Amino acid sequence: MKGGLFTSGYGPILIVVAALAVLPFGFSANTTLNFLGFVLIVTLAAQGWNLLAGYGGQFSFGHAAFFGMGAYGIALAQVRFGLNPWLALPLSIALGALTGTILGYLSFRARLRGSYFALVTLAFAEVFRILANASTFTGGAAGVLIPLRIEGANFQFADKRSFYWLALSFVAFVLLLTHWIARSRFGAYLVAVRENEDAARALGVDALAVKLKAITLSGGITAAAGCLYAQKFLYIDANLAFGPWISVEALLAPIIGGIGTVFGPLAGAVLLLGLGEVTKTFFTWLLGGAVPGIDLVVFGVLLIFCVAFAPRGVLGVLRRIMPAFRGGRA
Amino acid sequence: MMLKFDIFLSALANGLLTGAVYALIALGLTLIYGVLHIINFAHGATLTLAMFAVFVAHQAFGLDPYIAVFILTPLFFVLGYALQRAVITPASHGDDGNILLVTLGVSIIIENALLAIFRSDTRSIDVPYGFSVMEIGPLFLSTPKVIAFVATLVVAALLWLLLARSDTGKAIRAVAKEKTGAALCGIDVAHIYAVTFGIGTACLAIAACLLMPTFLVNPRVGNAFVLVAFTIVVLGGMGSIGGALAGGLIIGVVESLSGLYFGESLGQIGIFLIFLVVLLFRPTGLFGAKA
Repeated sequence: MKGGLFTSGYGPILIVVAALAVLPFGFSANTTLNFLGFVLIVTLAAQGWNLLAGYGGQFSFGHAAFFGMGAYGIALAQVRFGLNPWLALPLSIALGALTGTILGYLSFRARLRGSYFALVTLAFAEVFRILANASTFTGGAAGVLIPLRIEGANFQFADKRSFYWLALSFVAFVLLLTHWIARSRFGAYLVAVRENEDAARALGVDALAVKLKAITLSGGITAAAGCLYAQKFLYIDANLAFGPWISVEALLAPIIGGIGTVFGPLAGAVLLLGLGEVTKTFFTWLLGGAVPGIDLVVFGVLLIFCVAFAPRGVLGVLRRIMPAFRGGRA
Repeated sequence: MMLKFDIFLSALANGLLTGAVYALIALGLTLIYGVLHIINFAHGATLTLAMFAVFVAHQAFGLDPYIAVFILTPLFFVLGYALQRAVITPASHGDDGNILLVTLGVSIIIENALLAIFRSDTRSIDVPYGFSVMEIGPLFLSTPKVIAFVATLVVAALLWLLLARSDTGKAIRAVAKEKTGAALCGIDVAHIYAVTFGIGTACLAIAACLLMPTFLVNPRVGNAFVLVAFTIVVLGGMGSIGGALAGGLIIGVVESLSGLYFGESLGQIGIFLIFLVVLLFRPTGLFGAKA
């Protein structure tokens, strides 16, 4: 490996992960740990989106399709087939990846790009949502309840910190994977396809294969987030697993954090969900009652502002004003 | 057997009537796509906004939807014009991906602001003719739906006249075909873009006024319509007005018949499957307009 830990870019990842790992010692309240765990789940889903859209330029509006496959996969494997969740986890991730491959094959083979690709992914997520809501195998509108049996061997933890560290290890793995991909030949092809697909093709890049690889990885990563979600809340239904909320948050986090960067999804998820909590608390205090949807209004405004004024997200802005952040750029 | 045929016939007729309103919604979307070459993701949320506007006009001012249409249509034209010119264009720096994200942002804001104000309750307005029916041959058809059907045809005809005959219409068509050339001829492209967006948005106000006597409204209702509208636009060929009209009627009938034979919840699936199959295997639409 040329250069030290820091010039290779792995150093900042290790520092950030270490800082996140000691966080539960400072904030041990259950609500804080629940919130942090949720942030990591959204981060993981967003990392999947970022790999496909941030690096590959293929904007999906329906990452809920993969998230839901992971969530339903791990839940149904336990409830319907009696599998151990630790065994169901890799199978569900594979299911998400396979969904990615199939969805990608269908739409990339039809040469769908840009808005068309966004619409197709959205439609797939909606089809899955309606099917999951209607089929008796998936529990219909009542959803799936994972039986409570709290033990580590059963992927249910008495200590909320255990879940947090487990989710963090997933996020850390994908941070390293993303950084590695960004510096690999595959990553270079991916960026080439994003910047100019026709030019990349002319230079001998097999664009279809590159995009398929990206959407497969992306589907697997986001499915892993769905698995964690199912195991955290032990209940899912069609709107939670395949609903538009996760498609939106998976794309908002990287855009707000910094699209196509290693840390973008993490920074965006922290900021987004943190801001969401602050907004909800503020309006509850202001109006003396919870106001549904108000946090999402702020997200929408933030999305437009980011597109208009900070196309490289918050990390991009930081980089511009603080040269210290210039290092570790993907 | 006769009874079954009657049920089939009435499902068919109802499908056509609902399809007409779908067509009207799709008309706005396809017009915007045809001229600006963007997919307006906020179309569904804007429809919801229009439906709530009809609701408020009725509850607060006692305005009948069929009267409110004459106030709301120009109002939504202005709204669309301003949205395109003041928000979408400056925020997206002319990049297609950005436009998609900005309109997604607009739709998130509208939908959730409505949720914050009106909560998730489903509401309807109470008009004396809400449940009246017309007897046409062997069929009993809901009067508001028949009115909506006729009104849609009138609006489509007016829109066609506007595009074919008026100077603005000619400018719109010129910009749609070749915006640089149009600009060189002295056409204000930014203005024409905003006008088109305004017309597309105004179609939603009309659709909302026609829908409200028979439909319910809640902050998420637009989502149900938006994918239907996208399906129609894709089916009819992106940017084609005749295609949108035909596509709307087809989708209305498909939804009604699949609802009849497969039940309500799977009836929706039919629409999405058509959408996916057309987009994946025949992206130029059934009528072969240019994609």
